[in-house]
Amino acid sequence: MSVYGVQGEERNDFTKKESRQIRSRSLALLGSLMRPLRVRVIWMSIVVIVAVGAQVAGPALIAVGIDRGLPAVVAGDWAPLYVIVIAYLVTGVVGAVFIAQYTVMSARISQAILIDLRKRVFLHTQRLSLEFHEKYTSGRIISRQTSDLDAIRELLDSGINSLIQGFLYMLFIAVALFSLDWVSGVVLFGSLVPLWILTRWFQLRSQTMFRQSRVASARLIVSFVETMTGIRAVKAFRKQKRNQAEFGAQVEAYRKVNNDVIQLFGIFDPGLVLIGNVTVAVVLLVGGFRVAEGQLEIGALLAALLYTRRFFDPMEEMAMFYNSYQSAAAALEKISGVLEEKPSVPDPVDPVDLWEAKGNLCFKGVEFAYAADRVILPKFDLSMTAGQTIALVGSTGAGKSTLAKLMSRFYDPTEGSITLDGVDLRKLHPKDLRRAIVMVTQESYLFSGTVADNVWIGDPEATFDDVVRATKAVGAHEFIEALPHGYDTEVNKRGGRVSAGQRQLISFARAFLANPAVLILDEATSSLDIPSERLVQEALQTLLADRTAVIIAHRLSTVAIADRVLVMEHGKVVEDGTPEELISGTGRFAKLHAAWRDSLV
Amino acid sequence: MSATIQAEHLPEPGVPPKKPSTFRAIMRVYPYAKPAMPRIYMGMIAALLAGLVALAIPLVLQQLVDGPLSKGDPGQVWPAALAVLGLGIVEAVMIALRRWFVLTPGTHIEARMRNSLYNRLQALPVAFHDRWQSGQLLSRAISDLSLIRRWFSFGIVLLVVNLITIMVGFGILLSWSWILGLVFIVCSIPLWIYGYVFEEKYSTIARRSQDQAGDLATAVEESVHGIRVLKAFGRGKHALKNFTTRAEDLQGTEIEKAKAIAGIWLWLVLVPDVAFALCLFGGVWLASVGELSVGELFAFFATAAVLRWPVESIGFLLSMTFDTRTAADRFFEVLDAENTIVDPLQPKTIVDPRGELRFKDVHFRYQDSPTGVPDLINGVDLTIRPGETMALVGLTGSGKTTLVSLATRIYDVTGGAVLVDGVDARDLTLDELRTHLAMAFEDATLFSTSVRENVLLGRPDAREEDLLEALAIAQADFVHELPDGLDTVVGEEGMSLSGGQRQRLALARAVAARPRILVLDDPLSALDVDTEALVEAALRRVLATTTALIVAHRPSTVMLADRVALLEAGRITAVGTHSELLATSAHYAFVISSLEDENRRETRMRTEVEL
Repeated sequence: MSVYGVQGEERNDFTKKESRQIRSRSLALLGSLMRPLRVRVIWMSIVVIVAVGAQVAGPALIAVGIDRGLPAVVAGDWAPLYVIVIAYLVTGVVGAVFIAQYTVMSARISQAILIDLRKRVFLHTQRLSLEFHEKYTSGRIISRQTSDLDAIRELLDSGINSLIQGFLYMLFIAVALFSLDWVSGVVLFGSLVPLWILTRWFQLRSQTMFRQSRVASARLIVSFVETMTGIRAVKAFRKQKRNQAEFGAQVEAYRKVNNDVIQLFGIFDPGLVLIGNVTVAVVLLVGGFRVAEGQLEIGALLAALLYTRRFFDPMEEMAMFYNSYQSAAAALEKISGVLEEKPSVPDPVDPVDLWEAKGNLCFKGVEFAYAADRVILPKFDLSMTAGQTIALVGSTGAGKSTLAKLMSRFYDPTEGSITLDGVDLRKLHPKDLRRAIVMVTQESYLFSGTVADNVWIGDPEATFDDVVRATKAVGAHEFIEALPHGYDTEVNKRGGRVSAGQRQLISFARAFLANPAVLILDEATSSLDIPSERLVQEALQTLLADRTAVIIAHRLSTVAIADRVLVMEHGKVVEDGTPEELISGTGRFAKLHAAWRDSLV
Repeated sequence: MSATIQAEHLPEPGVPPKKPSTFRAIMRVYPYAKPAMPRIYMGMIAALLAGLVALAIPLVLQQLVDGPLSKGDPGQVWPAALAVLGLGIVEAVMIALRRWFVLTPGTHIEARMRNSLYNRLQALPVAFHDRWQSGQLLSRAISDLSLIRRWFSFGIVLLVVNLITIMVGFGILLSWSWILGLVFIVCSIPLWIYGYVFEEKYSTIARRSQDQAGDLATAVEESVHGIRVLKAFGRGKHALKNFTTRAEDLQGTEIEKAKAIAGIWLWLVLVPDVAFALCLFGGVWLASVGELSVGELFAFFATAAVLRWPVESIGFLLSMTFDTRTAADRFFEVLDAENTIVDPLQPKTIVDPRGELRFKDVHFRYQDSPTGVPDLINGVDLTIRPGETMALVGLTGSGKTTLVSLATRIYDVTGGAVLVDGVDARDLTLDELRTHLAMAFEDATLFSTSVRENVLLGRPDAREEDLLEALAIAQADFVHELPDGLDTVVGEEGMSLSGGQRQRLALARAVAARPRILVLDDPLSALDVDTEALVEAALRRVLATTTALIVAHRPSTVMLADRVALLEAGRITAVGTHSELLATSAHYAFVISSLEDENRRETRMRTEVEL
């Protein structure tokens, strides 16, 4: 089994070699993200070291103030005290300014990494073929770009920050304490043992609990959203009572894990305080004796106590680092997998321009297979002359949609070539390809934005009058005018109330605005009423009279306007001719047509 | 972005315009918190003890420094260290107790509120849900309630306790030296103010960043769901531009957020250090003139170190309190929303259900339709006799879906009445009404559960045969091929099914409910011709004994019906058999004209062929 790209993403039984492969791929990604920021990272490191150093200086200065400054003042010499107080003020200001600067710098760096990564993933997924999208599912592509990137953001935002700052803070305190009084330093070192045990325990426990908590909250959210978006079905089928019980159980489950998570802090947090306080008591004990015996100065003891107390401050946040690190690492592994996928329908290296397409499509020795043993379309030749309206007929799974996807270059043929006006689709400049060939599918997707915006996608350069002309042509103008804000109505807002049929009309208007040389309609009229369908057909015949149109339809009424019918079966074109020829014949189409006519009576 | 903001500011009829005080607003949550209050009070006591114990440690230090240490008597070090140890252990125990007291009750408050929000939302009419995006509701159910929990178990406890601790601490500082104490207090005040201002500013930015993250996620979702359109029209650049703008907006906000955090850090580090520096100067001076003992100076810094955190916390605790108030307001916005579609006070019941459905001068308009536009349903009179199948035909957008929704009270009529067996639908309990009537929607909603449960939604106690029969009628036999057969989980969290498959399951669901009256909203639009024919043949058997109202686009669906009603401009303009209407109604002929038209075309084709 390979772990190339997104393969094996769901597995969790990687061999050592596979894990290494995955890790090196995500490290390589991380490296490529960091490289342009090298200089800034170095600067940031300097700033944070100065900042933490200045912050840690305080207690030592208090010690010097009491131990040196006080006797000097008693002796009438104020100079040492002035120096110490000014030094204190300076470290205060430097510490504050530098820590603020560090906060901003680190945010800039993590945001630069994030936006770079976001753009890379977005661009790459857009470039990947439709085949990949269908196989990998939209849900997973979306979570790579949302929740996985969030996990990385969390690590960059707080995780790394608190780790670096916390680590430096503890390190500097340890250094300061050792140089001030090495005995207290040894005591502090002793406290690291229980601290390590407590933290390790917390990390391991919290890791599983956080995972449980995320699962529970995700479940809660899914069922909440499902109820709200499916509220009509919930009401119509009296599901409220059952929902109430189910949701109640999920709320309780979430409450329980949440409670466990917080209880964990309820042990960890007082545990830290306990270790801190015990250490303070021990430092006091060993320090007190030496002060009494005159081996240690009183100010030094105070500083030791203050340092010890502060030493444990960053622990809680640092303990959380492990959690965010783990989820971010997992996220990065998955993202690097997606980025490793090669687009199976790549843009041409040396694109050929085609300024004015006529619409002659030609299939030469084309074969299409998902895998060697899963041939969908066996080898065939076919040509479509500009201006023809061609109907593709056949039962579900006969290969009609695959043929349409080959024509619009959503897929590339496994063998052979498809040419538009003599240019191989694989060499055609993407902008020319997409301008010349447009496919409208059954699922007429509307983007958020206004009705007009959605039509404009067909041709962003068109004027508003062009938009209206397109909607009028497909008979969508009237209902759009009747919407609460006409063409400016937001379509994806609930309450926009655009029905399935109306959505299809809008996507037709979009296609008409694009004015392509080849228009492919894949079941694009299924939700339309008959007059609307007829209007669309008339528009096809008048507006796009000199264009090539390929219509895939279950309803034979659509076939009537075709000049030519292709009947497909098991991936092969079994009949090819004008509707009249085929109806009068004895083939499959003649039978289908007879059955359909019977159904109308 | 604009959509979220608009939804946020939609005027809610139930909410009075005048804002009550923060305290009163939060107190509305009290009924949910009441059972937890005793333990919250206990938690406050524990927290207070922890705070006071922490303040006692420097007192011990002062005694130690001024007493035994200055005299060089090591014998007293042991008891003092043990006292510090004891106090330290008590502090840790009290912190643990505080958490133990408040945490579990806090989660119960959250759970209680979450359940009642959910139940309320389920009860509120569809018209309410039309106005609110589910994301808006979700943020109330998740983050707002979690904020309220944190406020009850941390916010209010720490606010009260830290204020008391600070006052006691200031008292101790002042008792040692009023000058040093005053310096420290004066320096603390800007921290409170700035902390509060910061939190206000920060929460605005944080909310904006959340909104923008939501927008970015929307851009991502659309770029993935709409990938076919983007590829088909070669609009990848367009999508990238949109995405980049949003990503950059978010980046800008995040950096702004970091700057706000940097600002608070600046003050949190600077102000205490300045205070400590000034106190060091003053303390040494006072000690030199004998106004202050070395032990007191020592203890002063130890106490000030203890007070540092409570002082810093006041600003954000206050601001958390105000955020909690907003969260409570948003929660009650939903709970106070008026529910217009409710069970009647004195429900009637249908003793002998026959299955007659009658629309009597029914009017309906959506709340947000502009004035001047006539009612969408404008006086519909229609009777569907028991056992009869009626097709509802009309142009796209003529209100067919709306009309059939009125029958199950998904919306309520704004005039006239819907009668089931002669009883006004509004006089029946919703449960009884929806037992008599089952509906299949055009956009088939599946829930994240097994196929079985999805189909048996309307009649969970049905027998296995009924389930299989319903699946057979809807030609949904493909479910047997799913990985776990009927127990395969479908919906958002499970297998994704095609549009046609979903539609067939929704149809099976309506059939399995075995209602007296079946309402089908264009139930076959996503099916291919062969499957459609099979479904129709099977449906005929069910429809023979069931009253049915079917929204239809295609002649073949109309063929299922005994009679056809034609909906035109909000009224039923013709009722009759298909052939009657074809003969009498020009509009009907226009809407469903395929027959004649097709025949004519065919004759033309034939003649052409024969020629």
